Amino acid sequence: MNAVAVAHTPNPDHPDNPDWDSGTAELGHLLRPGQLDLSHKVILYLEDITVSFDGFRALDKLSLTIDAGELRCIIGPNGAGKTTMMDVITGKTRPDEGTVFFGQTIDLTRLGEPEIAHIGIGRKFQKPTIFENHTVFENLELAMKTDKRVWRSLCALLDPAAGDRIAETLQLIRLAAHADRLAGLLSHGQKQWLEIGMLLMQEPKLLLLDEPVAGMTDEETERTGELFLSLAGKHSLVVVEHDMAFVKQLGGKVSVLHEGSLLAEGSLEEVQADQRVIEVYLGR
Amino acid sequence: MMPARTPFIVRLGRSFDARSWQMAGLFAACALIAVPFMHLALPPDHPLHLSTYFITLTGKILCYAIVAVAMDLIWGYGGILSLGHGLFFALGGYAFGMYLMRQIGRDGSYQSDLPDFMVFLDWQELPWFWAGSDSFLWVALLVLVVPALIAFVFGYFAFRSRIKGVYFSIITQALTYAAMLLFFRNETGFGGNNGFTDFKRILGYPITAPETRVVLFALSALALIGTLLLARYLVTSKFGRVLTAIRDAESRVMFIGYHPLWYKLFVWTLSAMLCAIAGALYVPQVGIINPSEMSVANSIEIAIWVAVGGRGTLIGPVLGAFLVNLAKSWFTVSFPEYWLFFLGTLFIVATLYLPQGVVGLWLRLRRREPPPAAAATEAKGARA
Amino acid sequence: MRKFGLLLCGWLLGAWGAHAAIDPELLKPLASDDSAVRIDAIAALAQASPEEALPVLKALAEDALAVAGGRMLRVEDGRVFDAASNSELRPPPAGLETIGINNRVRRELSAALAALRLFSAERPVRWQAAQEVTLSADAKMLPLLDKALAAESDPEIRNRLQLAQAQASLGSSDAAVRHAAVRTLGESSDPRVRQLLIPFTEKRGEVWVEADSAVRAAAGTSIRSIEQRLAWADHLGRAFSGLSLGSILLLAALGLAITYGVMGVINMAHGELLMVGAYSAWAMQSVFRAYLPGALDWYLLAAIPVGFLAAALVGVVMERLVIRHLYGRPLETLLATWGISLFLMQVARTLFGAQNVEVANPVWMAGGIEVLPNLMLPWNRIIIVAFSIAVLVAMWAILNLTRLGMFVRAVTQNRPMAGCVGVPTGRIDTLAFGLGAGIAGLGGVALSQIANVGPDMGQGYIVDSFMVVVLGGVGQLAGAVWAALGLGVFTKFLEGWTGAVVAKIVVLVFIIIFIQKRPQGLFALKGRFVEA
Ligand SMILES: Nc1ncnc2c1ncn2[C@@H]1O[C@H](COP(=O)(O)OP(=O)(O)OP(=O)(O)O)[C@@H](O)[C@H]1O
Ligand SMILES: [Mg+2]
Repeated sequence: MNAVAVAHTPNPDHPDNPDWDSGTAELGHLLRPGQLDLSHKVILYLEDITVSFDGFRALDKLSLTIDAGELRCIIGPNGAGKTTMMDVITGKTRPDEGTVFFGQTIDLTRLGEPEIAHIGIGRKFQKPTIFENHTVFENLELAMKTDKRVWRSLCALLDPAAGDRIAETLQLIRLAAHADRLAGLLSHGQKQWLEIGMLLMQEPKLLLLDEPVAGMTDEETERTGELFLSLAGKHSLVVVEHDMAFVKQLGGKVSVLHEGSLLAEGSLEEVQADQRVIEVYLGR
Repeated sequence: MMPARTPFIVRLGRSFDARSWQMAGLFAACALIAVPFMHLALPPDHPLHLSTYFITLTGKILCYAIVAVAMDLIWGYGGILSLGHGLFFALGGYAFGMYLMRQIGRDGSYQSDLPDFMVFLDWQELPWFWAGSDSFLWVALLVLVVPALIAFVFGYFAFRSRIKGVYFSIITQALTYAAMLLFFRNETGFGGNNGFTDFKRILGYPITAPETRVVLFALSALALIGTLLLARYLVTSKFGRVLTAIRDAESRVMFIGYHPLWYKLFVWTLSAMLCAIAGALYVPQVGIINPSEMSVANSIEIAIWVAVGGRGTLIGPVLGAFLVNLAKSWFTVSFPEYWLFFLGTLFIVATLYLPQGVVGLWLRLRRREPPPAAAATEAKGARA
Repeated sequence: MRKFGLLLCGWLLGAWGAHAAIDPELLKPLASDDSAVRIDAIAALAQASPEEALPVLKALAEDALAVAGGRMLRVEDGRVFDAASNSELRPPPAGLETIGINNRVRRELSAALAALRLFSAERPVRWQAAQEVTLSADAKMLPLLDKALAAESDPEIRNRLQLAQAQASLGSSDAAVRHAAVRTLGESSDPRVRQLLIPFTEKRGEVWVEADSAVRAAAGTSIRSIEQRLAWADHLGRAFSGLSLGSILLLAALGLAITYGVMGVINMAHGELLMVGAYSAWAMQSVFRAYLPGALDWYLLAAIPVGFLAAALVGVVMERLVIRHLYGRPLETLLATWGISLFLMQVARTLFGAQNVEVANPVWMAGGIEVLPNLMLPWNRIIIVAFSIAVLVAMWAILNLTRLGMFVRAVTQNRPMAGCVGVPTGRIDTLAFGLGAGIAGLGGVALSQIANVGPDMGQGYIVDSFMVVVLGGVGQLAGAVWAALGLGVFTKFLEGWTGAVVAKIVVLVFIIIFIQKRPQGLFALKGRFVEA
């Protein structure tokens, strides 16, 4: 089943990918989005990011790099700044200092949220946010990668290929039976899945997932893990989680955030053995 | 996604289903044939004769219904409560009123080429913005362009700064209030307190002739059908789905790559233009336009038509506009002192007990279903 | 008062007495038919013996000077005195013929009287007189002014007198005297003095009105310095009216700062709560008029608690019946409260009539302080400024120092949490809303003193008060204060050169633009709380 998930996904990193330029002129707002330059095999650079809220530093000179195709887990105690970091990457929060680069060339601090979404960064919120008054099907339709300008939406018709893709995703997130129900009526776990489905419809190159398995059963968690593993390689993923079993299942590199900066990095075993990390988690 | 292969006009037509088309046809037949016949051909003492009062009142309410649908597009579907729609309505009215003033020609009380109020102010010539106001086409263009431009510029800045919810309502209210003060001044060039009145002709036809009234009435009815058709098309298109998505979870919409700014701006500007058209149709029927149309109270009243009828539906606002305004004309004739009590109560009852308006109530009674979760959506727009 | 008798033996006392020292010859021309003669006589009399002339001239001004048998007689309280000797004639002589005067004479007379009062022993009288002569001084008065100046020791009055002297010397034929006069007048800050000097810098036809170029130049300088002083006073005046408008805006907005700013409830009926307060003031006035006419002047003090309670009561009822069901649905709240406002307006119309009612200032609020000749600060405005400061302080104290305030802040920041730790959230909401409404009532009491009180009065304030709160930033008392003052002063200064309506429009447009730049208002609360 996981194979299905990626089967329809054209290789987004390929420069010849015709989809790539479709949103170029989001009504003239995106200045030369350029192409994603992965020549150094790094998809995301965070350098010395500082964000403060009324004097409180949520991020303090945080530096982090994510390789192309990597599956990275981010852990850290509550309030460490994980969500804030995602806010910075997706353009919701502007850093006071520091730079964020997507590939070699695209400076994310200059772009707005829709542009960032457009160049291929998708995000799942900590609290599932879906369109409660739309059906599950419509939620996926809205998220689908396509021209998202007003004029196009005014005369858009759903073509059969798009319908097929939505159907596939519905299968994948096991909501096919609920396609025509209002999303607001779904259970918490189903909403989480729907949001992941919406993310997949966006076909992002980089997926930011904030606590994606909160509220899921063990079995569901495992299935999510499998899905993520199958996505890695073609997509890059950054997963924020508190569930260590899940992090272990994913098996990738782990970064530990604490008080807004990077505390440790390495495999799960390595960071779990790190004295400072133990201190942070156990408290002093 | 491929651009539409079916011609747009066909798709527009398809946005009404068969029953809606039947209803629209019936309505059009009434407005275009039955009403004119009953007003013009039947003698006044005939029991089926429709009085001038009836024609004027209904024509007026038809215009209000267009405004209500426009308001519903922006509020019911877009989640943006505008307290500035009275402004756009009045601007359309004023723009068209300029033409009507010029049509008076030398028949005013001062027998001057200039409108009476200008003679009264001792002006020697027309101000620059009156240029071309004797041309029907130019004025028709003004009716559409001026409110659209104002709405666009205002909306652009407001939506770009992500002003939403009540904040937006309050500043639209301030905008309308400022405009009202401006139009109250004589020097502004729109007749000050008294506005425009005493119209004589429209396109050369006497404006109070029964035939002219009937034509204006029919035009209003057609405009309403057109508005409904357009609105229906919009809300069933993907645009409509994005719009309601913005209403429910704006940040999600942004993070999947839509620019809420342009969506909101489009529907906001469109809504303003619909109001302006309604205003332009309204003025020749009631024969007066003055700055009190821009009062805060008027703009809020529009919202109550929509709320009473049922927002987020298209027939609701039309119903609401008719119910509230018929009640108003009944009260102001029979119990003028109770009208505000009634209206005040209506505001309270509609918001407390009729979240979906009468349409929602009717649907609920018919299906015996619990009300949908729509009320919860408003909460998200809270605390902007 | 006009019953006279005749007494013949008055002449006995008419001679030069110990201190009754008017030469009867000086008095005679007062009865002349020729106004010019009489005017000269008034001046001569005033100069010759200022102190003795005063009662005579006063009597002339009050139509109480009469002639009988060629003698000048002064009538006071039905008693008759010889004008020259100032001795009472008993019994009063018969055949008194009152001397009437025309307007021209009367004008001269009042100037002369003022000049004479310059010699009064009481300072306030002299001060008043000094002010009066400044306006009417002319060459004829010069000797008198010199005399008065010599006798005067009070510096303020001396200053006035010098001005008057300068003014009187303006007509002098000696260029040097005029020059000195013009320069002295430059120290005035009276717009009327400026008016006097202007001809000195003007040409009539081809000829300068003032021949001497040095005097012309000095006049120009003096005019400029007067104008500067005037402008200063003008600015001061504007600043004060700005402050006063600001304090009114603040009073109107303070209640809103609680209901909207702190609780997040859009209350469109806020204006009507002001109205409730204003009608309470009117009601108290009527009650006092009917039952305590002696204490009528103090009705306003009673109106303060009554206004507060009445508005708070209306607020509590509103909250219980309507608003509480709409928390978290601001747009619906807006509509419902608008409905309430229509309702309240109609209630007021039904109860008190559609016309404005009459609320009078108590006597202690009438008048004002004259700071400069062209700057008068009315008491009612000063009191309202003080009142608004008091309300502000009280409100700050309630919010920050009491348990209620702590609960209110807790509930507004995190309702479920506050509920969990045992704060009775429902009651707190009601109380907080009642408090906001009550403060609106206080604002209404204050407004009743300076604005019309009628059913529609609230409508005029709703836009303004929202602007204040929105501009100041939600959740911020300090923001509301600065926004109110800023708006008040800004509006008043703008009004100075654009007129009231345009100023209002400009201010609204400014706010609209400002809010686009800083949607959080002047004093932003940053963070999630605001964004959500
Ligand atoms: N908009 C904001 N305003 C004020 N403070 C904020 C804001 N956003 C985040 N913070 C603060 O920054 C810190 C980091 O928050 P963040 O949400 O990034 O933590 P987190 O690591 O995601 O925690 P959790 O594991 O609980 O989700 C917190 O102390 C939070 O209170
Ligand atoms: Mg988080």
